[in-house]
Amino acid sequence: MTNDHLDFIKREISENDIVLFMKGNAAMPRCGFSANVCQILNIVGVKYKDIDVLQNSDLRQAIKDYTDWPTIPQLYVKGEFIGGCDIIKEMYQNGELVDLLKVKQILILPD
Amino acid sequence: MPIEKIFLDQILINAFPEAKIVVRDLVGDGDHYEATITSNIFKDKTRIQQHRIVNNALKDILGGDLHALSIITKTEV
Repeated sequence: MTNDHLDFIKREISENDIVLFMKGNAAMPRCGFSANVCQILNIVGVKYKDIDVLQNSDLRQAIKDYTDWPTIPQLYVKGEFIGGCDIIKEMYQNGELVDLLKVKQILILPD
Repeated sequence: MPIEKIFLDQILINAFPEAKIVVRDLVGDGDHYEATITSNIFKDKTRIQQHRIVNNALKDILGGDLHALSIITKTEV
């Protein structure tokens, strides 16, 4: 992992409350799992920074190495890795995700 | 590159001999699977830790031969 990518990841997850490393972007996800997480975040009503790893294969590898997590998407809240699609989906369904966002003092604005 | 369900079953059975394992081919293309693994080894572990255990067992195929896998971990009741 080059230092540039590591610095980029650290900066993004420290400067943005919620960061989603995904395939494609929030407007046009290029993977069903990524699309799923976007949909959940939209329903919950939180703002998030989307970062498309398909734009940069080194970044794609770097984020996997950074968290020691082999798959994309990856969701970070206030710098902490929360999970991939399956975990986020489960946490959304049982209410844990909203609880976590509240604990982390994230502004929630459902439609 | 799709993988056979029986191959995925076998990897999981070898990795988790005590677990109850259900693998579903979600669209019938050998590329999109869902694996539900029920085992006490997940007890008292966070979801991230539970998924790490499964990811580790599948590290040779995850993101390579295995295109898309949903993982559901459960502890026995």
